[in-house]
Amino acid sequence: MTLNDLFQIKETELFARKKIVLRCCMAAGCMSSNSKGVKEQLEKAVIDAGLQNDIEVRGVGCMKLCCEGPLVQADPQEALFVKVTEKNAPSILTAIKGGKTDVTQADPHSAFFTKQLSIVLANSGVVDPERIESYITQDGYQALHDVLTEMTPKDVVETMVKSGLRGRGGAGFPTGIKWGTVAKSPGAKKYVICNADEGDPGAFMDRSVLESDPHSVLEGMAIAAYAVGADQGFIYVRAEYPLAIARLQTAIKQAKIMGLLGAGIFETPFHFNVDIRIGAGAFVCGEETALMMSVEGKRGTPRPRPPFPAESGLFGCPTLLNNVETFANVPAIYRNGAEWFANIGTEKSKGTKVFALAGKIKNTGLIEVPMGTPLRTIVEEMGGGAPDGGQIKAVQTGGPSGGCIPAEHLDTPVDYESLGKLGSIMGSGGMIVMDESTRMVDVARFFMEFCMDESCGKCIPCRAGTVQMHNLLEKILQRKATARDLALLEELCDMVRNTSLCGLGQTAPNPTLSTLRFFRNEYEALLQPDAHGPRSTQTETTTK
Amino acid sequence: MERLKIATVWLGGCAGCHMSFLDLDEFLIDLAGKIELVYSPIADVKEYPEGVDVCLIEGAVCNEDNLELIHKIRARTKVLVSFGDCAVTANVPAMRNQLGLDNAESVLQCAYVTNAQYNPVKPKEDGIVPPLLEKVQPVHAVVHVEYFLPGCPPPADRIKALMVQVLEGKTPKLEGTQLKFG
Amino acid sequence: MAAKTLTIDGKQISAEEGASVLQAASEAGITIPTLCHLEGVYDVGACRLCLIEVKGIPKLLPACTTKVAEGMEVSTDSERLRKYRRMTLELLFAERNHVCAVCVANGHCELQTLAYSLGMDHVRYDYNFPKWGVDTTHRLFGMDHNRCILCARCVRTCWHVEGAGTKNVAGRGSKSKIISDLNQPWGHSESCTECGKCVMSCPTGALFRKGSTVGESERDRTKLEFIVTAREKKQWNA
Repeated sequence: MTLNDLFQIKETELFARKKIVLRCCMAAGCMSSNSKGVKEQLEKAVIDAGLQNDIEVRGVGCMKLCCEGPLVQADPQEALFVKVTEKNAPSILTAIKGGKTDVTQADPHSAFFTKQLSIVLANSGVVDPERIESYITQDGYQALHDVLTEMTPKDVVETMVKSGLRGRGGAGFPTGIKWGTVAKSPGAKKYVICNADEGDPGAFMDRSVLESDPHSVLEGMAIAAYAVGADQGFIYVRAEYPLAIARLQTAIKQAKIMGLLGAGIFETPFHFNVDIRIGAGAFVCGEETALMMSVEGKRGTPRPRPPFPAESGLFGCPTLLNNVETFANVPAIYRNGAEWFANIGTEKSKGTKVFALAGKIKNTGLIEVPMGTPLRTIVEEMGGGAPDGGQIKAVQTGGPSGGCIPAEHLDTPVDYESLGKLGSIMGSGGMIVMDESTRMVDVARFFMEFCMDESCGKCIPCRAGTVQMHNLLEKILQRKATARDLALLEELCDMVRNTSLCGLGQTAPNPTLSTLRFFRNEYEALLQPDAHGPRSTQTETTTK
Repeated sequence: MERLKIATVWLGGCAGCHMSFLDLDEFLIDLAGKIELVYSPIADVKEYPEGVDVCLIEGAVCNEDNLELIHKIRARTKVLVSFGDCAVTANVPAMRNQLGLDNAESVLQCAYVTNAQYNPVKPKEDGIVPPLLEKVQPVHAVVHVEYFLPGCPPPADRIKALMVQVLEGKTPKLEGTQLKFG
Repeated sequence: MAAKTLTIDGKQISAEEGASVLQAASEAGITIPTLCHLEGVYDVGACRLCLIEVKGIPKLLPACTTKVAEGMEVSTDSERLRKYRRMTLELLFAERNHVCAVCVANGHCELQTLAYSLGMDHVRYDYNFPKWGVDTTHRLFGMDHNRCILCARCVRTCWHVEGAGTKNVAGRGSKSKIISDLNQPWGHSESCTECGKCVMSCPTGALFRKGSTVGESERDRTKLEFIVTAREKKQWNA
């Protein structure tokens, strides 16, 4: 494979392109409402009308407005058809020729779409995720070529540092610094791991990226591997994502056949292989040290850091671990330059962030916005506010490790620091909108139950502390708790956060702490008077 | 100087803590001079009085009588001391809690029917035999308790250490092995 | 071997490079409480009792897995640490069914000893009272899950001292459980060599010799150290 070969493939693809393309969403969301049937009916209708030479029906990845699926979009008309059924699908053909259709259309120029800036999702809903040629047509793998042939690993790391990209898994550690550390760590064998163990309730960004554009992740991993000096990569993806796994397998196979993975990539000495490791449903395996244990075939439990994976990771070798979205950003950064990327976003949070918008909001789905976009823009303009004229009460970010941001703070810009100041976190990108009907103590209890069930059981504060915090939250909800119980809960939150071994336990109290911070009255309204509590006379007892 | 009004009660426990109390030997004579024992299994008083200064509570809260009494004690007493492991941790009486929600029925069945040699029948006499609670609880899970005296039973010297401090009007401080459970 | 100078609780000490803070402290006569650490097997930092404060580092660090460093200023016994330790113990006592009065390890139990030495006189949380069984299928030993604190000392000892790999952890969170082989009754285990090292390693009364009654379970942990030293350093320091 050479650069010319890439151009050749692109040219062939463009030459063969038909006048009209009907892009049909084949990501898990739309497929669950039968987009597969819709696509088949469209294909049949095209043949029936004898338009095979004019119209291409292309299965693509996520087209973002998930609540309206199955989605079909027509090029070049831009018309976006929503809630398409097998029955009304054929009438789309009439519509694109100017005729009438009973298929509902959505406005592709509504704020939900126009406020987005796609870097990670640029190919999502455009390319056919099961054809590498489709990715190459979007200039895919050119960045890898340029990196391998024109840059030294040191340059690659420097570019990443300059871009200002920070880890999209939640913590926001500067990616370039991480790459630099792994690159400097001595060791003949190094690994690159892609963390695709997305587990936060309500989060589906990484799944969509893998289902919609798997090659961007592979290309990102290959560039990272070159930068740090690794020759083996693993993608750790949860078993609950069968479609993502299937598409990754296809993508890896195609990349290997084309020589874009394997030995001597782009006729350089660089070789890199990627294998998939499938998780068995443990949330804690999203924690990097637990993830590596699991990849090694051991019980997935975290271990204390240091040593950090960059020094001693998988099988004791220096290991680079990044999240799916982080890797998906990589090819674009090398295609367009570090400055281009650094110009997007805020001073400390560069680029864009993908969010899975869910909950009590009109438009649910995937959005990608520049860092620094105010929450209000996302929730009110893009999301369309609460359905049925409801009032938005809070926005939850960061899943079980994050917090609830109350409506009065909706003008907060979305970046790592601003969300942190409000006691929440950026997290991996789950964003759950809550309206007035949501009881915040219930929310806290829900997330605590999640952490309690998902605690690995290794360290005591997380294993036993989440159980007791959950007990106390239950007791409050059952109106059996007193002010003393609330004090016990707050004390435990502090203790579990400061003493747990890994991020799961350290952040498990966050939803409780943040709802206590902004909605304390809801807790206090449930408390009972302490009839048998300490007596006021107790201090001067026995001194008669 | 008015004597301190002291009470001791026996909830769900084996009376071992009270036996250990009697092991205070000659200290009991000292004590008798300084306190008034207003209520105790070893004193013939039917009703728990008002205005008690300190009450040592042996045993866990196991049945409805225990529950009623402990609330009365809390209302009428300045300082409660959980006296021994059953009061502090619910200890052996609480082992039935592990059997689930119908544990009270299963232990009665086991003790009085399955393993009975004569006259297998579950004890039931309204107003005389108090029904067992669904769950055995340590005292402080039901009412606020000021001080804790662990041990099964707490040895006499430990009881003495606590009593001396209480009599001196101090907040009793026990440490090290004086806090040993079991 | 290079030496590192550090301060622990205001006391200047020097320790070998590569030593853990726990080791260094212990050599200097400073006791840091721990339940999952056991001489002779590697550390896992799981019990969180040995957490220490290190000047300049905002997070608390486990003394057992933190290496000594030049100029390090360690505090092992602050009011905050003592409070966290007491809470950790309360959580453990509330988690399973620890009834000291009827336990084989009464008087020789590390959990019990830590509870009184840290001044834990009662547990403020609701006891869970879970239903756990006792595995008495083994010819010589028994396993009472009610008393297990999941320190996994037995697992590490079985794998890394004896090398049999019989013991393991199954399940997740508070439902985690020490198992034999693939969760078979211990007595049916084909890999167990009946060496009894797991029983020696247990800090509580969870693992016991059959036939021992209340308070009889005294354990000689120096034997494990002896074996490991003999194997690794070829020194038989009886």
